[in-house]
Amino acid sequence: MTTISLPIPKRPVHPTGVWSWITTVDHKRIGILYGVTAFIMFMTGGLEAMYIRAQLARPGQDLVSPEVYNQLFTMHGTTMIFLAIMPMGAAFFNYMIPLQIGARDVAFPRLNAFSYWTFLFGALMLNLSWVLGGAPNAGWFGYAPLTSSAFNPGDGIDFWILSLQILGIASLAAAFNFVVTIINMRAPGMLLMRMPLFTWMTLITSFLLILAFPVITVALIQLMFDRQFGSNFFLPAAGASPVLWQHLFWIFGHPEVYILILPAMGIVSEIIPTFSKKPIFGYPVVVLSGLVIAFMGWMVWSHHMFTVGLGPVANSVFALTTMAIAVPTGVKIFNWIATMWRGSIDFKTAMLFAVGFIWLFIIGGLSGVMHSSAASDAQQQDTYFIVAHLHYVLFGGSIMALLAGIYYWFPKFTGRLMNETLGKINFWLVFIAMNITFFPMHFTGLNGMPRRIYTYDSGMGWDLWNAVSSAGAFMLGAGMLLFLYNAITSARSGEVASADPWDGRTLEWTISSPPPEYNFEQIPTVQGRDPFWAQKYEGVAMVPVAGGSGENGGHSIHLPQPSYWPFVASIGIFIGGFGVLYINAASWIGVAVAVIGALITMIAVYAWSLEPVNDPDDGAAH
Amino acid sequence: MAEATAAIHGEHEETSTGLNNRKLLMWAFLGSDCMFFASLIATYVVYQGKSLKGPFPEDVFSIPITSVSTFVLLMSSMSMVLAYAALRQGSVKSFRIWIFSTAILGMTFLGFQVFEFRDFVHEGLTLKTNLFGTTFFTLTGFHGAHVTLGVIWLLSLGFHSFKGGITPDNHLDVDLAALYWHFVDVVWIIIFTVVYLFGVFPGIN
Repeated sequence: MTTISLPIPKRPVHPTGVWSWITTVDHKRIGILYGVTAFIMFMTGGLEAMYIRAQLARPGQDLVSPEVYNQLFTMHGTTMIFLAIMPMGAAFFNYMIPLQIGARDVAFPRLNAFSYWTFLFGALMLNLSWVLGGAPNAGWFGYAPLTSSAFNPGDGIDFWILSLQILGIASLAAAFNFVVTIINMRAPGMLLMRMPLFTWMTLITSFLLILAFPVITVALIQLMFDRQFGSNFFLPAAGASPVLWQHLFWIFGHPEVYILILPAMGIVSEIIPTFSKKPIFGYPVVVLSGLVIAFMGWMVWSHHMFTVGLGPVANSVFALTTMAIAVPTGVKIFNWIATMWRGSIDFKTAMLFAVGFIWLFIIGGLSGVMHSSAASDAQQQDTYFIVAHLHYVLFGGSIMALLAGIYYWFPKFTGRLMNETLGKINFWLVFIAMNITFFPMHFTGLNGMPRRIYTYDSGMGWDLWNAVSSAGAFMLGAGMLLFLYNAITSARSGEVASADPWDGRTLEWTISSPPPEYNFEQIPTVQGRDPFWAQKYEGVAMVPVAGGSGENGGHSIHLPQPSYWPFVASIGIFIGGFGVLYINAASWIGVAVAVIGALITMIAVYAWSLEPVNDPDDGAAH
Repeated sequence: MAEATAAIHGEHEETSTGLNNRKLLMWAFLGSDCMFFASLIATYVVYQGKSLKGPFPEDVFSIPITSVSTFVLLMSSMSMVLAYAALRQGSVKSFRIWIFSTAILGMTFLGFQVFEFRDFVHEGLTLKTNLFGTTFFTLTGFHGAHVTLGVIWLLSLGFHSFKGGITPDNHLDVDLAALYWHFVDVVWIIIFTVVYLFGVFPGIN
């Protein structure tokens, strides 16, 4: 180990309190931070949706102005995708992956803390736009040249660009971490084809993030250069292509769709076997179909652009690849159904949400196959039919599965079970309300109602179904409040959970609920798939690894120690982001602030590099 | 993150694959960076020949000068290899010579780039002029930023070695910087070919 003589402040030693959370590098605490933040953002995005539905409940209303309406749907989409579903997935990655693979933490604990804080500051920046000159207003895919400064002056789009860049840094850092963690930190015997399916889907999702995010980064850099420095990337007057942005955005955007759904599929693939008391049907096929989905996800992006006029050859090719990608998705659905077939099914709330996921995802998948026909899509493009489709896959798919995951792993997070009676009411309320909200959008869409209009005339034939959708949306809001109530009361005074409340199959159920700080007192040796089930019912014991430093009840385990630097590095990025944001408006101040931010980050990175993960002299760790 | 995993898992502790965690992280990052440059290069290629007014590539490029700076950058990869080899053989002293040589060669390349940018601006080509200016300065500018970060990294390693921070035991710290440096070098070879060479032989477009 090196000897360092720089004036580095002492390591933080705060076992409790705010500072313990700010300096934590424990993957479980970071997972909780991710989950709580993502849920707050989910409620914010939901509130924006309530405004939208209130405005559209009846024809000709003016609850919100057209300008504010544009901001509302843009922020709703951006918030739900980047600040709610993705980080909720990250919450599960953080908490569950080390537990599922038998590790004591992720590969880079401080990088993990950095991911969270950077995500938080990105979320903060995006939402500060509401009070600092207006939120972004060009839709979540921000088509240029609509977003170029000629057509969209004001700071809203700049906030959108910079906060997405910051969120991108957070996502990339997390993805690098989970790729390394899953590939390199598995317990002995945990071969790739023995990993839990949630771990598999996390690995695939992380690869998608690593490869897809740089593309949006470049697109956003180009847009930022156009807006701040007067370059010509999206300026048709200079000969620029009006569809370059669309290509770059959707080359990122379609893999992004699978980034949102693959973790959901992973969660469902854990829950259905557990509550059916059967191993997953066709494990290798479930893994392979996930890989095929991820691979083919790169070959379908232009189906978002069927009406652009790319020509019959391009449209036909992308129609075919889009139809083909439905096959591996369908394969997974058959695997889940076959897993339940003749199982002894226990309809706990988590299972209800998982089965609800299958139903709703099938509906969303079927309308997806309808869009894959370019001719048919020409009728559906930019109508409420698309809105119906994307909410069936993102709410019916991702959110239902994430809720299932919360009900399933809540006892592991908190040591208490969520209330089952409330849970079942919660499920039926959300399931019914979800269909009342989004199913009528198929009708309004096919009747020609365009998406993103702030109001409509009576007599278009859209009145009834819009009123129904709005009523459903408020029911859905009530359903989410019920969930929040259940989560809070259960965390405080719910039934105390055992280590293994669901008769689970994977490693996370072998340790106490909530797990000790070091996770595994003894690192187990894994003999096959579903190792805990095999140990309980098939007599295949998991032998502790020799020399796993688990003596004395975990007291000789060396855990990574808390650190200030990830938080400081994230603050530097936040400050620097604001500097870049205002370079145009207040040139030299912007530059100065950007430089200060960059310096803070750089100092933090140096201090971080020179700080050992744990000080051998300092016995405070454990 | 220099000592990140060394302490927690130790360089002795086994990983599932036998690959070091930090090395795997570096490869994952480089994979991501490939997509970054691929997107920038794709934009350049899509807009090649689409500028409505000059200056055009053939008006400003000087292949002999850029060939020299390309040669300098290629040589820096060689001295990087020598620096790493010296450390593996236990000679921190010759490691230091070669790592500083690498940084100086990198700075020379950057000097050429600054000279070239100034020259182009003189001839009327800026980020705002036309699509060529927009895509050229963005692509080569981000490559230059990568080289700059690399130079800072190399210098940090060099100075760290005076404090005994670099020893044959933690050669991985140097190995990671070398991976990054070679990657940035390879990207330049692609840029030199696609942007400069194809740019002055318009028949190829």
